[in-house]
Parts: sequence; structure tokens; C-alpha cells
Amino acid sequence: MHPSLRTATAAAALALAFAAPPVRAEEPGQGGTAHQGGTVVVTYKDDIATLDPAVGYDWQNWSMINSLFSRLMDYRPGTAELVPSLADGYDVSPDGKTYTFRLHPGVKFTNGREIVAGDVKYSIERAVNPKTQGPGAGFFHSIVGADKMTDGSAQMMPGIEAVDDHTVRFHLVQPDATFLNVLALDFASAVPKEAVDAANGDFGKHPVGSGAFMLKDWTIGQKLTFARNPDYFKARPNLDGFTVEIGQEPLVNILRLQKGEIDIAGDGIPPAEYLKMKNDPAMAGTIVDRGQLETSYITINTTLKPFDDLRVRQALNMAINKERIIRIINGRATPATQVLPPLMPGYDKDYAGYPYDVAKAKALLKEAGVPDGFTTTLYAMNADPNPRIAQAIQQDLAAVGIKAEIKAEAQAQVIEAGGTKASAPLIWSGGMGWIADFPDPSDFYGPILGCGGATQGGWNWTWLCDKGYEAEATKADAMSEPSQKDARYAVWRGLFTKIMTESAPWVPVFNERRVVAKSKRMGGPDEIYIDPTEVIDYPSIFIKG
Amino acid sequence: MALTLLKRLAGAALILLGVAAVTFLLLYGLPADPAAMIAGRSATAASIAAVRHQLGLDLPLPEQFWRYLAGLAHGDLGRSYIQRTAVGTLIAARLPATLVLMVCGIGVEVALGLTLGVLAAVRRDRALDRAVMTLSFVGVSAPQFIVALLLLYVFAAQLGWLPMSGYGTPAHAVLPALTLGLLGAGWYARMVRSAMVDVLDRDYVRTARAKGLSAGRVVLRHALPNALLPIVAMIGIDVGQFMGGVVVVEAVYGWPGIGQLAFQAIQQVDVPIIMGVTLVSALAVVLGNLLADLAAPLLDPRIRAR
Repeated sequence: MHPSLRTATAAAALALAFAAPPVRAEEPGQGGTAHQGGTVVVTYKDDIATLDPAVGYDWQNWSMINSLFSRLMDYRPGTAELVPSLADGYDVSPDGKTYTFRLHPGVKFTNGREIVAGDVKYSIERAVNPKTQGPGAGFFHSIVGADKMTDGSAQMMPGIEAVDDHTVRFHLVQPDATFLNVLALDFASAVPKEAVDAANGDFGKHPVGSGAFMLKDWTIGQKLTFARNPDYFKARPNLDGFTVEIGQEPLVNILRLQKGEIDIAGDGIPPAEYLKMKNDPAMAGTIVDRGQLETSYITINTTLKPFDDLRVRQALNMAINKERIIRIINGRATPATQVLPPLMPGYDKDYAGYPYDVAKAKALLKEAGVPDGFTTTLYAMNADPNPRIAQAIQQDLAAVGIKAEIKAEAQAQVIEAGGTKASAPLIWSGGMGWIADFPDPSDFYGPILGCGGATQGGWNWTWLCDKGYEAEATKADAMSEPSQKDARYAVWRGLFTKIMTESAPWVPVFNERRVVAKSKRMGGPDEIYIDPTEVIDYPSIFIKG
Repeated sequence: MALTLLKRLAGAALILLGVAAVTFLLLYGLPADPAAMIAGRSATAASIAAVRHQLGLDLPLPEQFWRYLAGLAHGDLGRSYIQRTAVGTLIAARLPATLVLMVCGIGVEVALGLTLGVLAAVRRDRALDRAVMTLSFVGVSAPQFIVALLLLYVFAAQLGWLPMSGYGTPAHAVLPALTLGLLGAGWYARMVRSAMVDVLDRDYVRTARAKGLSAGRVVLRHALPNALLPIVAMIGIDVGQFMGGVVVVEAVYGWPGIGQLAFQAIQQVDVPIIMGVTLVSALAVVLGNLLADLAAPLLDPRIRAR
């Protein structure tokens, strides 16, 4: 093992440049001085599915799991800046294929046992093991042995090595510029094997971690109570605890918020009420409305006629009136020009995308040999507002002569249709759209536009698989040196712009903003209520002093 | 009597088996792959296949059904795809809330429905009768969602007399029970009225009046018991319906019952939960009807004699 070129002090250099200024929990934010103590009530309509970090993967449980467990890497609150967390520091070999982490000494699970390197190895292997049935397995693909573990032919991964109790080493198949981001995912959280075994298949309801909070009580269908972890190894969270109440309608929760019964309405404001509340002086200071790493789009199945013709796909891009669609959701989004959302590194500011031009769209269809249009099918999820958006798309397509039949179905059914080759010609992604797993442009390529996702059950519903694009993506991901960061983003920027100009497999429609409503006593800047890498940063939020 | 009961129980078991088979087939036929959904966005063909194998979804359909039935025989309803918790645990946790809502809802609808129905029948074709019938018509036809939100807005948000939503204290149950009860009371009032109108014209009632009994005694002691039979059958049906969960009311008031569980499971195509809730509510319908049938002879000696 060569002495490292990069150390933990390089972490800051590796940190991603991001629009939002760093905010630390201990620092006074613009919303008042960080105050210690107190408990708050958070509400959601739907049940919390699970708190198992190897399984949980939705925008409700992601933040809760994040606050219950620790990982080797984390993000500075409110930012996309990576910092070592459970690790005190790390070394990377010159070839970028070996990462060695030194664990912070003396960190304990809430069952009292100290975390050792073997726990990290066990936890990641568990996340990849098909027996766990976790949705995060694919993220660890660059670790040696992940492929054999995934297909069930191996029970452990030689690429994760517990060198001694306080040192864990990862061997990668190839350099991976996003590897530290992967280790900051909830899926990489450390869990104690004895607690997983004791839970008998239901660790998600009996989680034991080493995070800022611990789960005190879970009354199924009603509420979850979280309390501060007294032995937490970092600066303690601001709150003494929080309660998550579930099952209530978003509108009811807004009324309760106005009465001061609750502090955070996690579902935000129902779209129909949004404008009214936004303009209501009584609601001033309670609405957090921020961009997120999200793009909503129409996928075009490039293997189906006539969508195999680039001109038809370009015509579709010019036929859609994005401004009108955004009015349907009361302006809670900005029109999208490209695959990446504006907050993502690699976003191409100079690329304006396809203009809304019905005449040009018709001309392109004529050129492609379908001057009189054709009939096709547009899939959409059946939850409001997606059927209404699908209708708007249907009307836009009709204006250029394309007759689209709408199939509005449950999410799982749309996903099934999209992931079956030559099945769904067009899909409106709303409700299933792509929110980045981590703030890196590569996350918008592999699963949704790359060859890897163009498989039965995959998420590349365009079924585009271009060897040239693959080569460029591989090249970009091998640029794992911190000094190559900007060059790497430039490669991604070029690739995504090329995908839109030369392939146009999507109609990027809008970048949706997230809305959360909070009571007036809640302090801190907006970015800890809608964090770029999680939704609510529970350890950072506080009650104003 | 014992033989009848046995026959009914055997019939009930057959009905449940049929419900299980039909539900299983319907859910199996859904064009949605649970394995792909569980394996998530980063899935590969290999990881989806591995999950499918774990869940036993790669087995032939009859074997899958047989396995499900074998589990059922041991009281095992399987595990939720999304939550990974045993379906039995999830249903058991929500059963008390559904039972409470059922009892309160039926209480409100019977109390209101009987009172209004009797009053309307006694004051037939007069202003009170028309007012009750109009009210019950509104109660039956008003969308529950609107009634629920209206009650919530007036009594919880504006007046602040009752909690907005949730579960736990008697106060929490008032608005959900009232919402449910108003709808049911409309039906009950109409039924009681027509049954009472029928009974009040009978000879024995005239005889009772002729004997000089007070009007109240005639109505309550002589007429009402004879008008009750259809009501008891209806309560039996309600028991079944309410056990399936009252989705709208549970959703608006955040009532943690089985309906809410079913609603979420349908959204997520969480097949084991949908199966479990369907079976539990089928069981409740069967039991509710059985109870109504058993109660009938206690109320009406004529049935006992048959």
C-alpha cells in the first residue's frame, strides 16, 4: 500500500461546489439562533414504510433513516459537500481503486456495543445481498465481488476488508468518482448484526443504529417517536426528539399547522391550495419552497416506430407547451431544457433546449414521413396531478397530428410497462420522476439513459443504448482525482447536451420544486428543511430560542 | 339449530376459500412486477431475478397459491412487500381502531335512524315526516368526503370543540362516527319508517289502541319490535362493510384503521396486504350475516318456530 496521495484533509477539496452556503447545525442560521431542546411534531399522510437502511428508499423515510444511523461519509447539513462521518479520515490509492477508512474510535450503537470495521463490512454486504431484497444493491457495483453477491452466488464480498477493528478497506473493480457519494447513501449505514438477527426479518420496525436520534416507539398506523441519542458521537442534535404522526390528509395537516398543533407538514401544501396559501399573510414564513435535484420528463421509446426516427423525437420536443403544463401545478416548477436539473453540477447553462414551435414540429414530422401524424399510447401514474398533465400533453400532441391514448395506472404498473421492451411508447414520468440519489451528474445517466438501465425491469424507458455515450460515461467516472473534478463535470455536460441534440430520447418538461410547511417557531434556513441530499435534516432543525 | 350453525360455518369457509382464490388470481394477473418494484431503480436483471426467487414468485401459480393457503392454515398471512412486516401484525395493530369506529358508527346510525324513522312513521305525511325524509335523503346522497370535511371544518377548525384528526380519546371518535352515522341513519330512518308504517296499520296495533294503551306504549312495545327485523339484518351487513374499513372517513380523519392500510397497499400494489385485508373483510361480512341470522330468532319467535 502506497502512502496516500489524498487524505481526509482533501475531503474539502473534493467537496462539490454548490449554490447554497454551508450551514452547520451549531451555527446561527438566518431563521434565528440554534436553540437546544424541545420536541416537534412532523406529519405525513402515508405510513412510514420501513426504517431499515438497506430497504428504505422514499422521500419520507430517507431523512429519518439518515438521522437514526451513521455512515462513513455524510454531507454537511444543507449542502452537497461530502465530509467524513463515522470515519475520521480516509486514504485513496494512486490508482483510485483502493479506499482505506479509519473509524472514529468509541462510537457505539444504541445497544451499547462499539462499532468495529466488521460492522461496516457486514452492513454493506447485507445491503447488496439479494436476501435483503433491498433497492440499493446496484449502487455498490464497483466494489470487487458485488456482482457475485448480487446474483446470489456468493455470501460475502472480498472487496470489503476489515483490516483491524478500526480500519476498513474497499477494493474497487475500477476507479469510481462517485464512490464517496455511494458511501454517504443511507444504504451504506452501519447496522449491528445481532439486532438485525433479533428483529427476525423486521429490522425496519426495530432499528438499532448509532445516529443522532433513536426510535423510542412505533405505534403502527399512528405515530413514531424519536428521541435524542445521548451517546451520539458528534455535536448533539438540537432537538430532544420528534414525533412523526401519520395517516392524516395534507389539507388537515395544514389546518393543524395554522392552529399550532404541529410543526412540520411533511407533505407540503396540496397543489390546489398552493397559490392561496402562498399569498396568505397568515402563512408568511411558514412555507419552504425550494428547487431540488429533480427532472420530470416524457420518455420516448427509441426502439418503437416511428420514434426510432430522431426527427420524430425532436418534433415531440417542440410540440410540448411546458409553460402550460407548469400552470397545472400552480407554477411549482421551472421549465426544463435538458436532462440535468439546474442545481446539478454539469448543468449546461448555455444549452437552451428545444423551443416550443408547433410549425417546426409539424415540418419535422413531414420530413420523417409521418405528415398526417400517427396514433400512440402515453402512460402516466394515476395520482393527481399526473393524469391532468397527461391530458395537457395529449392536447399538445394532437396539435401536431399525433393521437395519444392515455393509460393512467398505478405506479408499479407504469414501471412494469416502461421496463418491458417495446411496450410503452411514451411515459410521463411525473410521480416516478428522477430525483438524484446523490449530487452527481452520473446519477442521471446510468440507470435512466445508459445501457445498464435498458433491461427488463430497468428504468431506462427510452431503451436507448449507445456505445459512444457509454464510453464517454465510463471515461467520466474514471476521473476520480479531485483535481479532475471540473474536467469530469465538463465531460458530463457535453454528454448530456449531445444526448439531447443527437438523440432526444426525452422531452424534459420541468424541474419541480419541493414544498414543506413549517410552524413559525421552527428556526434555521430553508435548506435544512429541503436539503439537497435528504428532505428534512432532522439533527439540524431547531425551535427558535 | 346446531346443524344449521355447522352448515353455515362450512359455507363460510367455502366462501372464504373462493374469495382467496379469486383475489389471488386477480392480483397475480396485474401487470405489475413486485420483484422489479422491490429491487428499485438501480436494479439489474440479476438482482430482480434474485428477489423474484426470494419471494417465490418464480414458482408456478398453483404452487404459489398452495403455499399461501398452507401459510393461512397456520394463521400466516405473509409479509408486506414494502414494509417487510408480517401482514397479520399490521392488520392486528389496526383492528382495534376499525372495531371502535364500527361500534360507534353503528351506534350513531341506529340511534338516529330509529328515532327519526319512528317519529316520521308516527307523524306520517306531516311536516315532521317530510323534514325527516328530506334530511335522510340528503344524508344518504351527500358524498361522505364532503360531509367529513364540512364537519371537520365547522367543529374542529372553526369552533375548536373537537380534535381535527387522529385517534386515542373518545373526542377523536365523535366526528368520524357522526360522519359514518349520518349516512347510515338516512338508510335506517327510511327503512324503519316504511316498516313502522306497515306495522302501524295492522289489526293488533289497532286493537292495542282500542284497549286504551298510551300512544308511546303502542309504538314502542307493540309496533317497534315487529319493525326491527330488517334493521337487525342491516346491522349484520354493516358489521361486514365497516370491518373492511371505511376508506374515505378513515382517510379524512386520519383514523388508523384497516381501510387506510388497504388504501395505501393498493397504491403500492403491496399484494400480501391487499390479500390479507380482503380476507379479513370477507370473514367479517360472513360473520356479520351469520350473527344477524342467529339474532333473528331471538327477536322474532315466529322464526324460532320454523
